[in-house]
Amino acid sequence: MERLHKSFGPLEVLKGVNLTAHQGDVVAIIGGSGSGKSTMLRCINFLETPTSGRIIIGGQEVALRPDGQPANRKQIENLRQSLGMVFQQFNLWSHKTVLENLIEVPTQVLKIPKDQAITRARALLDRVGLADKENTYPAFMSGGQQQRAAIARALAINPRAMLFDEPTSALDPELVGEVLGVIRDLATEGRTMILVTHEMKFAREVASHVIYLHNGVIEEEGPPDQLFAAPKSERLQQFLATVG
Amino acid sequence: MTNFWHPHRIVMAAIAIAIILACALLLRWDWLPKYLPLIGQGIWRTLWLLAVTATLGFLIAIPLGLAQAAGPWYLAAPARIFCTVIRGTPLLLQLWLLYYGLGSLFPQFPAIRESDLWPYLRQAWPYAVVALTLSFAGYEGEVMRGAFKGVPGGQLEAARAMGMPRTTILRRIWLPLAIQRALPTLGGETVLQLKATPLVATITVVDIYAVASRVRQDTFIVYEPLLLLAVVYMVITGLIVLAFRWLENRIPSRVA
Repeated sequence: MERLHKSFGPLEVLKGVNLTAHQGDVVAIIGGSGSGKSTMLRCINFLETPTSGRIIIGGQEVALRPDGQPANRKQIENLRQSLGMVFQQFNLWSHKTVLENLIEVPTQVLKIPKDQAITRARALLDRVGLADKENTYPAFMSGGQQQRAAIARALAINPRAMLFDEPTSALDPELVGEVLGVIRDLATEGRTMILVTHEMKFAREVASHVIYLHNGVIEEEGPPDQLFAAPKSERLQQFLATVG
Repeated sequence: MTNFWHPHRIVMAAIAIAIILACALLLRWDWLPKYLPLIGQGIWRTLWLLAVTATLGFLIAIPLGLAQAAGPWYLAAPARIFCTVIRGTPLLLQLWLLYYGLGSLFPQFPAIRESDLWPYLRQAWPYAVVALTLSFAGYEGEVMRGAFKGVPGGQLEAARAMGMPRTTILRRIWLPLAIQRALPTLGGETVLQLKATPLVATITVVDIYAVASRVRQDTFIVYEPLLLLAVVYMVITGLIVLAFRWLENRIPSRVA
């Protein structure tokens, strides 16, 4: 994304931010509350429509109308089908079992045969350690289990990249580890990921590139070791001191 | 199983049995065999009317609710006006306006009189079906508006984020979640709809209520047909409640 701006009414949340992620990159976006990091992530799959700027994914620029709205809904839908999004609040579909959650988009949207989708879904559930939960409804699972199921659901569409929007912020402290474990696992297999997080230690460990956002501008960015060990900007030093 | 027959239960059961026996033995039921076929037809007509109007009404209520919850103003405004008018006027009035109003206008147009629909339009039941359907749609449109709005936005966002087209989101996620939320209310409203059906007796549709009235007029037996009527409506209500409980329990949405 290039020179991305986003305003909510008179409030400018993003003031021209750039982000580039190559295949296999793990980009972590950190920053204080209200810094615009979630908005930045949500612009990538157009859950928020940027006020101005360009977004290019897989070499393809997303066509925008002059008012900033996507020109072609089909293009947005296709784009979203290649990005797996994981939310802070899990957002599993509560009227479906875990397995139904996983096969919903593959069968209904991507038109994959049901038995094939089920086989794949079971493999993913096994991978996130929920093999025995496939017939459970989300309401009967812990937050950590729900979030792992949500990650599996995002993986079920076989995305080119994963987007994580504060995946552990709504979890009880003792459940954070199991979710981070799954994400770490994905990072090691070389999956492209963009991650908004408050877990500094984790960001340092898995990210290949870290972006520090402050008041809608990228204050500092670089490889994690440099950013965390030797922050140049005063704001980042302060930020790391408070969350450290 | 723990002991079911506590003393207070035995007393209550004895009283209930005594009342039923008293009703059966002390009241007059000799008319029953003669009118049994008519009663059967009446019950059938009531059930039929309830099922058809509740189903059709609910199907109309879905777009009514959706238009109000998320539609553009030119769809939301008419939907809101429809719901307000229907909910703001007595069902008896709607029924009579349709039957005596439209029903007496139609014959004045030869085109309608000669159409294939005329054999139906000259009967009473189509007016009853239309009036009850619109009434149910008006009330349930409002219920569905709330239900659509009450679906957690995050679950819809998750569907959008995965590239689901809008119609698929509505069909697979939004509508099922909204109906699930509305089910307890819909159950209650269906019971109310059952008890709105006797009004059709005022426009000559012979439902179970009309049958009971006829028995009273024929035999001058006042009390017993009404008692039978109460039992019939109570049993149907019980069945509706059970059916909706079953529907609600099919998807356990929260931990008990």
